[in-house]
Amino acid sequence: MVSLKDYLSPMRPTWCTGCGNFGIWNALKKALVESGLEPHQVILISGIGCGSKLPDYTTANGYLSLHGRTLAVATGARLANHGLKVICTHGDGDGYGEGGNHFISAVRRNIGIADIVQNNRVYGLTKGQYSPTSPHGFVSKTSPQGAIEHPFNPLAIALAANGTFISRGWSGDVEHLAWLIKEALQHRGYALIDVLQPCVTFNRMYSYEWLRPRVYKVQDDPNYDSSDKGAAFAKAQEWGERIPIGIIYRTEDVPAYEEQVPALTLGPLVKQPIRVKPMAEYELLKQEYL
Amino acid sequence: MMATVNNMTFKFSGEAGQGIESTGRGFAKALVRGGLYVFGLQDYHSRIRGGHNFYQIRVADHEIYSHDEQVHVLLAFTNEAIAEHLQEIVPGGGVIYDPELQINPAALAARFVQAFPVPLNQIAMKEGGNKVMSNTAATGAAAGLSGFDLEAINSVIRDNFGKKGPTVVESNLKVAAAAYHFVREKYGSSLTFRLQAQKAKPRMLISGNEALALGALMAGCKFVAGYPMTPGSPILEWFATHSKDYGIVTKHAEDEIAAINMVIGAAQMGIRAMTATSGGGFSLMVEALGLAGMTEVPIVVVNAQRPGPATGHATRHEQGDLLFMLYAAQGEFPRIILAPGTVEQCFEAAYRAFNLAEKYQCPAIILSDAFLAHSPRALELDTLQLDVPIDRGELLSDEELDQLTERYQRHALTPSGISPRALPGHPKAIYSTSSDEHDEYGQICEDAAIRTQQMDKRMRKLETARAEMKAPLHYGPSQAEITFLTWGSTYGPLRSAVDILNAQGTPANIVQIMDIWPLPVEKVSQALRGAKKLISVEQNYSGQLATLVRAYTGIKIDGLINKYDGRPMSPEYILSRLKEVA
Repeated sequence: MVSLKDYLSPMRPTWCTGCGNFGIWNALKKALVESGLEPHQVILISGIGCGSKLPDYTTANGYLSLHGRTLAVATGARLANHGLKVICTHGDGDGYGEGGNHFISAVRRNIGIADIVQNNRVYGLTKGQYSPTSPHGFVSKTSPQGAIEHPFNPLAIALAANGTFISRGWSGDVEHLAWLIKEALQHRGYALIDVLQPCVTFNRMYSYEWLRPRVYKVQDDPNYDSSDKGAAFAKAQEWGERIPIGIIYRTEDVPAYEEQVPALTLGPLVKQPIRVKPMAEYELLKQEYL
Repeated sequence: MMATVNNMTFKFSGEAGQGIESTGRGFAKALVRGGLYVFGLQDYHSRIRGGHNFYQIRVADHEIYSHDEQVHVLLAFTNEAIAEHLQEIVPGGGVIYDPELQINPAALAARFVQAFPVPLNQIAMKEGGNKVMSNTAATGAAAGLSGFDLEAINSVIRDNFGKKGPTVVESNLKVAAAAYHFVREKYGSSLTFRLQAQKAKPRMLISGNEALALGALMAGCKFVAGYPMTPGSPILEWFATHSKDYGIVTKHAEDEIAAINMVIGAAQMGIRAMTATSGGGFSLMVEALGLAGMTEVPIVVVNAQRPGPATGHATRHEQGDLLFMLYAAQGEFPRIILAPGTVEQCFEAAYRAFNLAEKYQCPAIILSDAFLAHSPRALELDTLQLDVPIDRGELLSDEELDQLTERYQRHALTPSGISPRALPGHPKAIYSTSSDEHDEYGQICEDAAIRTQQMDKRMRKLETARAEMKAPLHYGPSQAEITFLTWGSTYGPLRSAVDILNAQGTPANIVQIMDIWPLPVEKVSQALRGAKKLISVEQNYSGQLATLVRAYTGIKIDGLINKYDGRPMSPEYILSRLKEVA
């Protein structure tokens, strides 16, 4: 039986004391154990940033890629070996800023990736510049007069791009976040888990104290129908005194990208022989040029 | 007058959208089926309709590697085609055109060029019921005028239109026959340039891009991602066409950045994966090239060069990226660069790139170019031996991994610099690796000593690989007055130029470097040591190969022949420039 200690790594996190990444890290490991997944059955793919160091602190297959390119690397990995669970962990700058095009494409592609975006609404590792999800007027090292842009709404954008699993978690509630990740791991396509996460050093605005009383679970409302896209759009706009967390939208009716690729019906690409046909059939290719 | 047999050039010319390329290629295919050798040159503008395009077919009874500047028969689909190309037609040559074009035959006669009006549109309407078949009429007319075999044209029509049904095939056959007989009856043997079908074993008509894709397939490439960009995208399209039959996953990615990162993700999992682009797309891939270098992931990247910088000449030809390939991405890391110069070398470079990438666990770049990518050439069927060797390098098997007693070290320090590779998914070899500098286990590390060790380890692979890189290729007599240094498709026209020089009594030879990086310094020095006069021939402004060779061998190049107008060199151009530099 897999247990939490199987995921223990000799590396210790470099995160600041009280960083929201700890909650995400713990929730992820808990979700993996409760899903019965062994470390060799998953691959954690990240980009660059504080949160992107997570695979380095976890005993599992891991690949730390480039800033913003997480989903592109993960897409190739998933197509090459869909026998592995592919999980992305990266920040809001990586996921929504530098990787914006990849984000929209991964959503509409519905590739089988669980995508955990560690959204602290600030650039931490480069020491406090505003991010794509920082609010209008956010004062930071690169916006001393306040950010002029308005923030990116990942949930609404994922809905608009025909996402099939769109959720928000909160790193202050490890139990709930672990549940969310487990649900995402079972989803047949791309699953977004946008996680509200305090950056205790560079973003005092979204502290535990500010977020905790505001978040509420949409699944606590028996009338909330997470398969209703209109309701989900309305929920995605909610922000301020009350902030919804949980599965905002989910449909299992859409096949994952990899389910529709002919070559992958024979099993993971990496398990297939180098040449899938007898030599004589390849020789026939020359006929095309006669 | 004595007829010149099986040695001539046809030029199909008109607007984009008139089917110039498909018509030209169809005619070229018919010539190959008639046992002749051909070389096709495609020239087109960056637009979908209009403009001025041409497809030039050099045909001979011996193997040819290039086009040249003389045209014997121009098939003109517009007035502009005649205005543009009349000067290229040899005295005694001719122009086939539809009389609807209202050509002034006096302008042709002044250059001793014959006018061959053929009512292509009328024939297409009358025999086929559709003006669109005037292209077919043109091929029938070209065959008739040169006395070539109509049956070879017919066989290509049957193959090309077979998918559209028997009615379309029949109509096209009737159109071709009508135009053929019209020309035979009206112009008989007015043209002294003639074609005569020959008995020969079947030959392929295949371009660099096609041969490259075929080589990659045979190497076991199973994942191809790309973003369309001329002239690289036909490779992605080729794989998309064949993916279902041969178990390939192709991905038209959101951009070039995604394409190469997907390839890296797939290769990290253990799949042979490739992307194909052109210089501008490659520019976007540069960051990820470094990722592959740092994490030691074997990937293959094709850069089919076109003129730069920025968007450059979108549909045209240049070899301006050689030094860029050498240094692309920040920092220093090993990479392999192969620059094929012929169709068969494209095939060879493709499978070797995969073997070298996996053996040395680094990116391998195939540096192709627009001329090579697009130009089809007749090739003996057995030139491409499909059963290519596959060497996956130090890849640990499941059985070997089962025996592991210690924690797996992805980036273990070894004398060769190559660390035995485990694919993710084995319970005994769970590891993470990072684009950050890392230790032997792949974990992020800022230790100065480990940084030095890992840099040394990676760079050792380069020296290990250098020993394996091939010596330059040699063409021509061993003793020569002039030795030409070249790379890429410039080899083709240069080979023709050298043949002419030797025939004229000036001994000349060629040293072609295909294994560009790591440069086999000793082998290159050896190949150039005896050169009396060394001239580098390159399709770029500054002579990049000359720079590279001088930097690493210390050998000074005596002269440069360059061209950077977007059009490939011709043998005539090389010979005329030789007078200036020699």
